[in-house]
Amino acid sequence: MPDNANRIVSTILEGLPFTVIAAVGGIALTIVLSLAAGLALLSRSRAVRVIARVYVEGLRGTSEVVQLFWLYFALPALVGLQLVPLYAGILVLGLNHGAYGAEIVRGAVRAVPRSQVEGALALSFTPAQRMRRVVLPQAFVEMLPPFGNLFIQLLKSTALLSFIQVTEIVQRGEQLRPTHGADLPFIYVVELLLYLVLALVITAVMRLLERAACRRIGREPVRNRFLGGVG
Amino acid sequence: MSNQSDPPMIRFDNVVKRFGDNTVLDGFTCRMAPGEFVTLIGPSGSGKTTILRLVMTLERVTDGLIEIDGSPLSHMHRGGKLVPADEKHLAGVRTRIGMVFQQFNLFPNMTVLRNITEAPVRVLGLTPAEADERARDLLDLVGLADKADEHPSRLSGGQQQRVAIARALAMRPDVLLLDEVTSALDPELVAGVLGLLGHIADTTDITFLCVTHEMGFARDVSDRVLMFDHGRVIEDAPPERLFTDPREERTREFLQAVVGRT
Repeated sequence: MPDNANRIVSTILEGLPFTVIAAVGGIALTIVLSLAAGLALLSRSRAVRVIARVYVEGLRGTSEVVQLFWLYFALPALVGLQLVPLYAGILVLGLNHGAYGAEIVRGAVRAVPRSQVEGALALSFTPAQRMRRVVLPQAFVEMLPPFGNLFIQLLKSTALLSFIQVTEIVQRGEQLRPTHGADLPFIYVVELLLYLVLALVITAVMRLLERAACRRIGREPVRNRFLGGVG
Repeated sequence: MSNQSDPPMIRFDNVVKRFGDNTVLDGFTCRMAPGEFVTLIGPSGSGKTTILRLVMTLERVTDGLIEIDGSPLSHMHRGGKLVPADEKHLAGVRTRIGMVFQQFNLFPNMTVLRNITEAPVRVLGLTPAEADERARDLLDLVGLADKADEHPSRLSGGQQQRVAIARALAMRPDVLLLDEVTSALDPELVAGVLGLLGHIADTTDITFLCVTHEMGFARDVSDRVLMFDHGRVIEDAPPERLFTDPREERTREFLQAVVGRT
């Protein structure tokens, strides 16, 4: 460990709040957009489906870095709107991962057995009630593991925000580079460990949610016991 | 017992249902009186379940008309003409119809009690207390008063089906559709569920439309039995006549095959 390890660690840690805010903000936006776009992909209206499909393919199929540059550098030039770097970052993280999340929501909703919808229909639930009361609570359990993956990917993508000068942990590390050239291995190890800790926090939270969700539908929280709760 | 001169609770007028090129129902015409218990029998694929699904509005008719208590089910009046029903019209008539499914279709994300109270509260507008009381009375009726707070997955198939029956009754339907409700049950649980349904049929004025392979049950509780084959009714008679003295050769063959099996 280098002599000035304390200084290096404390400098990088100054970036931690920005990384956490970007990740939490991005996750919140991802959840909202995933649900909205995922349900839109299942809409009966063709126009709504097309709009959702354009969003998903457009955001999923283009570079996240270029999206970020576009929002941060091109938008001001075009319409004179200069976003705060952190907000631009959260927006891109949410928009991009929301596109992936939409497919998770769509897949999980479609995986709920048709018989559940028919059971709800036989009780005269409206389409919205069928979705809200019967389908989504069951689909929710299926969404949690893939959303856990997605949130961890989002966390690691917050490093991209260093490109637009958000002072998150990577940016803080880069600021040390001119004066701490010999300590680069240590600097990057600290950054990697910070991401690992945050990822483990996300994993733990998602596990808890998954357990609670499984218990709510009377299912053991073990993947291969899937059929146990349905029959 | 039914009286054929009553205005019908359900009327099928030349109902046709096709899936692509496959005609599953070929001009079905029939009237069912209020309180009547009608059982549909016949080989699988003969169109029986399709009739229930059409009445529940899970499927749309290809041609013809279905009326519930004088008002069109699959169609609605618009500008003096009958046009295919929209979602709003369907939502209105659907509340008069209930269905019990082969696979129960209980909601795993709700307790037994919530399964029964959810629709009365959300659809019929009962207060939670009213729905709760109604649900507990029904759980008493089906013999599961102690299971109100369980998850459906903790119950046996027979218990789940009793809950499904209670859930359907909680909506106070005029018409109750029974779609092979004992086919998914272990043999020792069948009699209990059928006994319960017989009791409900005897003590309420609900019109029952039932698809079953339990010929003893059909014989005991039905007012009428319709024999289906290839999408058409080939025989329509009271059970005592149809089971002892079938007029059609096809009915006789079918009954022999089924009785031989059970």
